[in-house]
Amino acid sequence: MFKCKTSPEVGGMGHSVKRKEDARFLHGKGKFTDDVKLPGMLHMVIVRSPYAYAKILSINKEKALAIDGVLAVITGEDLAQYNLHWMPTLLSDSQMVLPTDTVMHQSQEVCAVIATDRYIAVDGAEAVDVQYEPMKALVDPYKALDKDAPLLRPDKEGQKDNHIYHWERGERAKTDAAIAAADVVVKERIYLPRIHVASIETCGVVASYDKDTEKMLIYLTSQAPHAIRTILALVAGHVGLSEEKIRIIAPDIGGGFGGKVPVYPGYVIAIAASFLIGKPVKWIEDRSENLVNGFARDYHMDCELAATKDGKIQAFKVSTLADHGYTDSSANPSKYPTGMFSICTGSYDYEHAFAELDAVYTNKAPGGVAYRCSFRVTEAVHAIERMVDKLAAEIGKDPAQLRFENFIKKEQFPYASPLGWSYDSGDYKQTLEKAMDMIGYADYKKEQAEKRAQGKLMGIGICTFTEVVGAGPSKDFDILGIKMFDSAEIRVHPTGKALARFGTKSQGQGHETTYAQILAEELGIPYTDIEIDEGDTDTAPYGLGTYASRSTPTAGAAAAIAARKLRDKGKKIAAHLLEVSEEDIEWEVGKYFVKGAPEKSKTIQDVAFAAYTNFPEGMEPGFEATHYYDPPNLTFPNGAYICVVEVEEETGAIDVKRFVAIDDCGNIINPMIVEGQIHGGLTQGIAPAMYEGIVYDDEGNVLNGTLMDYLVPTAVESPHWETGHTITPSPHHPLGAKGVAESPTVGAPPAIANAIIDALYPLGIKHLDIPITPDKVWDAIQVAKAKA
Amino acid sequence: MAKHKVTMTINGKSVTAEVDSRLLLVHFIRENLDMTGTHIGCDTSSCGACTILIDGKSVKSCTYLTVRADGAEITTIEGIAADGTNHPLQKAFHDQHGLHCGFCTPGMIMRSIDLLKTNPNPTEKEIRWGISGNLCRCTGYNNIVKSVQQAAAEMAKEKEASV
Amino acid sequence: MIPANFNYHKANTLKEAIALSQELGEEAKYMSGGHSLLPMMKLRFATPEHIIDISKIKGLSYIKEEGNLLKIGALTTQTELEHNPNLKENYPIFGDAVWLTADPSVRNCGTIGGNIAHGDAANDQPALMLALRATIIAEGVDGKKSIPIDDFFHGFYMTALEPGDILTEIQIPKTKKNSGGAYHKVERKVGDYATAGVAVHIELDDDGVCQEIGIGLTNVSAVPMRLERGEEILRGKKITDELIEQVGVIAGEDAEPESDLRGSEAYKRSIVNTITKRMLNKALERARK
Repeated sequence: MFKCKTSPEVGGMGHSVKRKEDARFLHGKGKFTDDVKLPGMLHMVIVRSPYAYAKILSINKEKALAIDGVLAVITGEDLAQYNLHWMPTLLSDSQMVLPTDTVMHQSQEVCAVIATDRYIAVDGAEAVDVQYEPMKALVDPYKALDKDAPLLRPDKEGQKDNHIYHWERGERAKTDAAIAAADVVVKERIYLPRIHVASIETCGVVASYDKDTEKMLIYLTSQAPHAIRTILALVAGHVGLSEEKIRIIAPDIGGGFGGKVPVYPGYVIAIAASFLIGKPVKWIEDRSENLVNGFARDYHMDCELAATKDGKIQAFKVSTLADHGYTDSSANPSKYPTGMFSICTGSYDYEHAFAELDAVYTNKAPGGVAYRCSFRVTEAVHAIERMVDKLAAEIGKDPAQLRFENFIKKEQFPYASPLGWSYDSGDYKQTLEKAMDMIGYADYKKEQAEKRAQGKLMGIGICTFTEVVGAGPSKDFDILGIKMFDSAEIRVHPTGKALARFGTKSQGQGHETTYAQILAEELGIPYTDIEIDEGDTDTAPYGLGTYASRSTPTAGAAAAIAARKLRDKGKKIAAHLLEVSEEDIEWEVGKYFVKGAPEKSKTIQDVAFAAYTNFPEGMEPGFEATHYYDPPNLTFPNGAYICVVEVEEETGAIDVKRFVAIDDCGNIINPMIVEGQIHGGLTQGIAPAMYEGIVYDDEGNVLNGTLMDYLVPTAVESPHWETGHTITPSPHHPLGAKGVAESPTVGAPPAIANAIIDALYPLGIKHLDIPITPDKVWDAIQVAKAKA
Repeated sequence: MAKHKVTMTINGKSVTAEVDSRLLLVHFIRENLDMTGTHIGCDTSSCGACTILIDGKSVKSCTYLTVRADGAEITTIEGIAADGTNHPLQKAFHDQHGLHCGFCTPGMIMRSIDLLKTNPNPTEKEIRWGISGNLCRCTGYNNIVKSVQQAAAEMAKEKEASV
Repeated sequence: MIPANFNYHKANTLKEAIALSQELGEEAKYMSGGHSLLPMMKLRFATPEHIIDISKIKGLSYIKEEGNLLKIGALTTQTELEHNPNLKENYPIFGDAVWLTADPSVRNCGTIGGNIAHGDAANDQPALMLALRATIIAEGVDGKKSIPIDDFFHGFYMTALEPGDILTEIQIPKTKKNSGGAYHKVERKVGDYATAGVAVHIELDDDGVCQEIGIGLTNVSAVPMRLERGEEILRGKKITDELIEQVGVIAGEDAEPESDLRGSEAYKRSIVNTITKRMLNKALERARK
């Protein structure tokens, strides 16, 4: 176990200190984007398409402009004059900011109304008269490649059909051969539906262009303000928005989960509007705009898992069809179009694997948000964890036992996975054993046997996942060529207090506390004496932002290394103050002392003061350090989750009785915060497993575009989570830490799905796609009964 | 459209204003009074981020016309404790890590005040049902439940001491 | 989401409200709790020119027993129903329903009158009113009228209330010895409109013979629905498991649900069947206490 090196007052690693950022939120003084109010600020409301696929015949602005207070209606034609009507996506595709002739999905931006007041802007939007010629929408991705399918993107040079890309990794022939020769092969088509992050704060922007200074100040709900600034400069440089003139401030953010990484058309329109009008323009999404734009998942995965008859896994193959909507606007910072999907071989040791994927266009919203997962890990883990359970059921082996027999062993790390990753560390056996002990696995197995004998439906589901987070090493990641490092800049003031700034941006993760704890650990300055600042591109060092569980793996590492640079400088100062040579100085948290004479010492605060007042001759004054950290590898947090459910045959009702999550994220900075992150991620895991999914009808209409029908779990649906951890430090991270916050979102859905399907197995039900709702269960039971 | 003169007490202070019929109370509080602790999350009275107290009862201010609040006594998150002090719920949310991003927190606390007033000693189930009109996307609710439990215990102690 | 412009009018008395309605005509709508109408206005599904606020009318919020009747004022909020000691003790069906309606903050505003007058088969109170054989009291230009619940619901969002009418009171036969009611709905998540809901009220005589029975169904038809065939089977009989089973089947058959996001038609029929049986048993248990 991890042993704290610092006192609770200093509050270094391992202390559950309370959060420093809480007070402003508790008193209603948080500053979110919608709270920003600037003199003369105008309001923007977007007119959206009621059709999934339609030609725009005309846009009549007259009635809207006649409303007192409506100043402008901005159309695609207007933006086209500045060549701002299209924007590039991160993956070399293109996305409309505003259309000039065709809308490609329901609720797509059609034009924008600018008014003096939010209410008037809404009236203006209602008054804009748009004439459409609806066309037959392409909704089913399996029909996207049919010969008679409409060509959705004729605007793209060389685009002959709706196929976007093919990607593959691994050895197809060897994997096929292994599958063909295996004793047992289980197959399944698994669908992970479109879902939405549904952060409680929607997206928004306040753009303020000053024509005199030519500065563009932008308050933005952004998880990655620096990267967005660079992208804006690249996209809008031609109209004079130069990077040094753009200042993005990401204020407090009401939940991000990946949904606040992308550049949405609404941002660009508001920025363009402010640029053209010369006044501040605010645009805040309403909930329906939020829910029907952007998405995560939407992978149809054909899986095959091959094993010996006693359950030794030999090969895994997965062929995926991905529905990207009308453009590939995936918020994916990796060099691979499918992100980290190739983690799909899981926590198990076998030789052959092959993964391939084809992506297609449909008349749906684009997005490809990395929703609380380092891009496509949730899909990958769901595939392998469902298949492992299916294999266990097929050969009649306990799924825990099957996992033990196939786990990568502790001594095999670093482990080279069949699809090319180098897993850094883990002790999968210990983690699963701990979860089984905590939940009382053997007792539940007994209870299940008894219940089954009485005809009752009870299920136990396991998921033992391996995550891949901390984007990332420059060999695997970049955004438009910018490597995925992150940064820390520390200033220790003469009185020994400090200010540290980072290239990341917290959205509730508690950076103001945990970063201070890292510095407390490394410098011995109490965490309460350290201010943390992020999110302002004019003041913070360049960084790539917070998503992909990357803050601790990258910026956290940068903080540790920058602090160590300071400690090295401090050692020279301490030697000078204590009048000994540098070699005679030793460090223990918070102070330097003379070897063999610990009473002769100087605190870090003494040294900081001396750095400004009494530094050695020839030394540069001041006590500051900066580090940009390019991680050598990703971190591979992992966990064992066990879920127990009961299902009522008559109604399909599902009761989650217990859920135990044991996580291993290496060394822990703040156990309270880590546990909180796990709780939150678990609720975001039960959400797609049992409640959420964006539903389209055959015309491409979203049927559940409000929170009345998009079923975000409340405290009633969310079970009482039980958590614990094992600690296997990352060998390559300076603090031995790993990212953690995405593990539960990745690990919970298969554990819950496995439990429900396990409950239904006696009825002959062998698979259900998530969300597994009571009506879906009931329908499946009727089908199974009819068959039997 | 005719304007309506309204007078109400907000956080102990009397406020008079001329407002449009359709002005939603949440916008009156946020835009006219510049108190931005009350948030907007959904527009359909599903999320509870805009919860305030009207005459002591929790209400979703996104679904309430300002004109209807004429004569009412309104409390928002900014008014539940004197400057520099904490309501027991504010303290408990801090102690129990009952907030992450903080966006749902004001609404969650305002709702919990009403909950503890009508049910000073709720069970875990009663707390979960009692805050079921308030969505949190970050915490998974475990620690919100613990926060309300801590506040309930502290408020009971305070009450005992004052008797 | 912001409502279109309208003019707000506050009514201090019933008379004032009715007069305002007369004066403003069909483009005026009454608003009590506002939690059905205002969301529709924000979505601009409803764009009334005038809103007549009846929530401030004094004397329309009460729960009292008079003679053989339980009388509930139309402006009584769901929260007041939830916490009323008499309802808790003698009419537990209200507690069953209110607990499952929306959420506590919405229930602080939402009134029983609004829940019924909206004429929405997805609301919970209409099924209760059917089961309890309520009488709806309304006042309009022509004075006071009394509408038996079976004449009240006319169609999709349509009721017997005529323009200008205000629902003022709900009258329910006072609870008798050996009577009991129960309500449950299946919902996708807490506070959701019902996938299907069933309200049951039973009155037994001293020998356990069913004297009166009411069964109301939520959200399985365009109009709040009484399960007449089921009631007929039970009335005048000693209720047995076999009869309950039979009524469950009838509920599944007679309901008119449609497939939607809440589930397939077949699933909903099955749910109505199950919940009907469970509520019959629960009501029976309460009646026998």
